Amino acid sequence: MGSLSVIWAIGRKDLLLEIRNKDVVVAIAGFALLVLVIFTFAIDLNQGNAKLVGPGVLWAGIAFAGVTGLNRAFALEVEGSTLEALMLAPISRDLIYLGKALGNFLFIAVAQIIVIPVFAVLFNLVVFRWEMLVISLLTTIGFSAVGTLFAAMSVRVRAREVMLPLMFLPVVTPLLMAAVESTSHMVHGRSWSDMAQWLQIAVAFDVAFVVISAFIFQHILED
Amino acid sequence: MVNQATQLAVKADAVVKNFGETAVLRGLYLDLPTGEVTVLLGTNGAGKSTFLRILAMLTEIDSGSISMHGVDVAQNGPIVRAMTGSVLHSPMLYADMTIRENLMFFADMYRLEGVDELIASTTAQVGIEPRIDDRVRTLSHGFQKRVALARALMHEPQLLLLDEPESGLDSDSVEQLDRIIENYKSMGRTVVMTTHIVEHAMEIADRAVVLNNGTVGLNKTNPSGNREEILAAYSSTGNDR
Repeated sequence: MGSLSVIWAIGRKDLLLEIRNKDVVVAIAGFALLVLVIFTFAIDLNQGNAKLVGPGVLWAGIAFAGVTGLNRAFALEVEGSTLEALMLAPISRDLIYLGKALGNFLFIAVAQIIVIPVFAVLFNLVVFRWEMLVISLLTTIGFSAVGTLFAAMSVRVRAREVMLPLMFLPVVTPLLMAAVESTSHMVHGRSWSDMAQWLQIAVAFDVAFVVISAFIFQHILED
Repeated sequence: MVNQATQLAVKADAVVKNFGETAVLRGLYLDLPTGEVTVLLGTNGAGKSTFLRILAMLTEIDSGSISMHGVDVAQNGPIVRAMTGSVLHSPMLYADMTIRENLMFFADMYRLEGVDELIASTTAQVGIEPRIDDRVRTLSHGFQKRVALARALMHEPQLLLLDEPESGLDSDSVEQLDRIIENYKSMGRTVVMTTHIVEHAMEIADRAVVLNNGTVGLNKTNPSGNREEILAAYSSTGNDR
């Protein structure tokens, strides 16, 4: 069984548990939807305003909601001591990291499948485009990469609900900016080339943080 | 790289482990030959569970060295973990997955082949096959421990680590555990276990090691023949039988 199979087995296991418990996706989607609805009431959403603030509201909502879900995803492994069971297996720690990151990627992606159509309706914006798929994919990879690392770091801390957002949100700010700016270009009907520099930032962020996080993860698991 | 012919299953040299300012292991030396059942005895805080966690590679040592079958633990994590099977305090199972799903998942983690046959044989060995499709959440603690034992045995490790394995087990399950340990030993494999039930330990062990204050206070083969000496050493650590 190759490394990819091990990563997939961990991600599939997380998905199976999520299908049974519905803890994480409901938390992410529910929180993000609440943010969208609150801003719908708080802002005068004429077409100009919607294009101006909509992308920011969407990605801030997903980022804050993502923290809630990431906290839960790792807490489940620690509550049952199953993280230690994974650590007993003869696989390198970075495969555990990548498997957990895959699971978190799937949770955030599924939550976005629920949240983005609601965003489109509430803000009356056309978002079902290839550009949105690419932006969403790149942002979710980055959120999962950073979030999985920090969730693992904060999971043994007593005040983990506070620690995770304090670590996660500042680090993902460049990615968040890239997501907001590219989405803004998209809703204004601009071309790929207009959003290229932001997408490049997102790609660079993803590559850097997947590699760095996989390396650091090995060292934070030990007692 | 793994030298099965090496006579020592475990060789610990000057192992030191501190948790903050608390010294748990203070330069522990211990050689455990292959094919023996060793029981670690000692008071709470003597370092038994910490030493098992170090052997399971869940806890890193601060200084010293440990090798298993001649393989340096610090340099060969995945190889050493493939050689060991562990049942620690917690069953470490996914409560919302069935026994079968848990075992299949961990078979993937150990990259095992012929998983269905392996699961069938190990679940039969520990007597859990009637409930194989039940979720772990519905099982008693004792039953969950048996599932954990099945997981530990599935990849046929050279070294079986058991941390107070009898806790939560009924008398039938303890007898079954003894048979599994005996069977394991007969295959030339090594078992290292901790326990607080000293009398029972001396019946099944080939070697008793009494840990005292983070070092080896006594290391005796043939525990049943050295009963009084072991009990005296155990009592001197602050324990009554």
